[in-house]
Amino acid sequence: MEFLRPATWAEALAAKAEHPDALPIAGGTDVMVELNFDVKRPPFLLDLTRVTELADWAPDGGMLRVGAGVTYSRLISELGDQLPGLAMASRTVGSPQIRNRGTVGGNLGSASPAGDAHPPLLADSEAGAVVEAHSVRGTRFIPISEFYVGVKRSALEPDELIAAYWLRPAAGPQQFSKIGTRNAMVISVTAFAIALHPASRRVGTGFGSAAPTPRRATEAEQFLSDELTASGRWESRAELDPAAVAQFGELVAAAASPIDDVRGTASYRRHALSVMAKRTLVWSWSDFRNARPAPNSRRTA
Amino acid sequence: MRVKCTVNGEKHEIDDVWEGESLLYALRERMGLPGSKNACEQGECGSCTVYLDQTPVCACLVAAGQAQDRDIVTVEGLAGEEKLHPVQQAFLEAGAVQCGFCTPGLLVATHDLLEREEQPSDPEIREALAGNLCRCTGYEKILDAVKLAASRKAEAAT
Repeated sequence: MEFLRPATWAEALAAKAEHPDALPIAGGTDVMVELNFDVKRPPFLLDLTRVTELADWAPDGGMLRVGAGVTYSRLISELGDQLPGLAMASRTVGSPQIRNRGTVGGNLGSASPAGDAHPPLLADSEAGAVVEAHSVRGTRFIPISEFYVGVKRSALEPDELIAAYWLRPAAGPQQFSKIGTRNAMVISVTAFAIALHPASRRVGTGFGSAAPTPRRATEAEQFLSDELTASGRWESRAELDPAAVAQFGELVAAAASPIDDVRGTASYRRHALSVMAKRTLVWSWSDFRNARPAPNSRRTA
Repeated sequence: MRVKCTVNGEKHEIDDVWEGESLLYALRERMGLPGSKNACEQGECGSCTVYLDQTPVCACLVAAGQAQDRDIVTVEGLAGEEKLHPVQQAFLEAGAVQCGFCTPGLLVATHDLLEREEQPSDPEIREALAGNLCRCTGYEKILDAVKLAASRKAEAAT
């Protein structure tokens, strides 16, 4: 095994181009487990922790560009108000020690269906987050819904590295819920994220650990967006129709294709998803009702 | 591979480090610092918690090569020459140590908590120590120890 230690992003991309089989390592919270347990023996380890620009984030054209190396701890403390859904999911990752090292870039790179960051990335804005991948050949912007292609497989090419991901700062309430055997240090049995986008009258969703890849519940999103618009609730902020809440839960469960495994059964996962979908919808709608309307939405109302 | 880093204020230079090796292994087997304990090797138990550039991390999940030019403080670096660190003293007095295997990690995690929060609440202590497993004490004595250390620190400051 060789340990590659690029000092700059250009060096990192050149190393990945020369050695496409190099395994990138940032926080190490996935990679080191595989090395410690003899699961992986990559010919090259590509250490990205020296590339300082990966640990930056900045607003850019109404969006937030977050470097792949920003840790969960920093996401929570520095971006919790702008990205509440992702921050909530980040708080459920591992333990303080893990959150001090682990990154959303690593979650994306591993592309595990159980990664906690994926549901809020999928629920963000109409199309979800965008992954910015670099290689010596150039830059690609990959919509998050096209990023996950299979169990622990992503749309990244062998010579590409994740530079950053793009999200819209929250313009409405967001919620995240995760089922596990306890609060800390737990891989999700299944997880669900919801984001309300009142300006565009849309609802975003994402779920994990209940299909080969993280997924959106697109039919549930469409149903709820239409229902809230048709009933005038975006303007009236009236209580939700219980029948619509129930239907939303069922549609989310129907979007899953879970398996039985050591962490839970498929039927439990479906049931849990419908419960989490209903709960997080009620929580986020309650946040929406209690929030002061933004000036432009008051005008349209 | 050769790795140079600073541990507990002392410069270390170690040779023949395997590229896939963890910082924990390097500390224990190459630098003669067995205070950080090796239990789960997957970041579950926290018994290998060390400071890496002032941030508590699981040493088992840091590649030794990633420690190059970094500053590490282990449990061995908490106490002075003569006396235990007040956090260590509090753990002893409160009966927070039984078999002792989890103690080094808990000491570093508690040390970090009290650097950030002078008088942490119970939920704050539980959250800060959520990554450190103890199979003996039932955690109550550990909570007592953290609160004892916090009150001693507050006294010392006045």
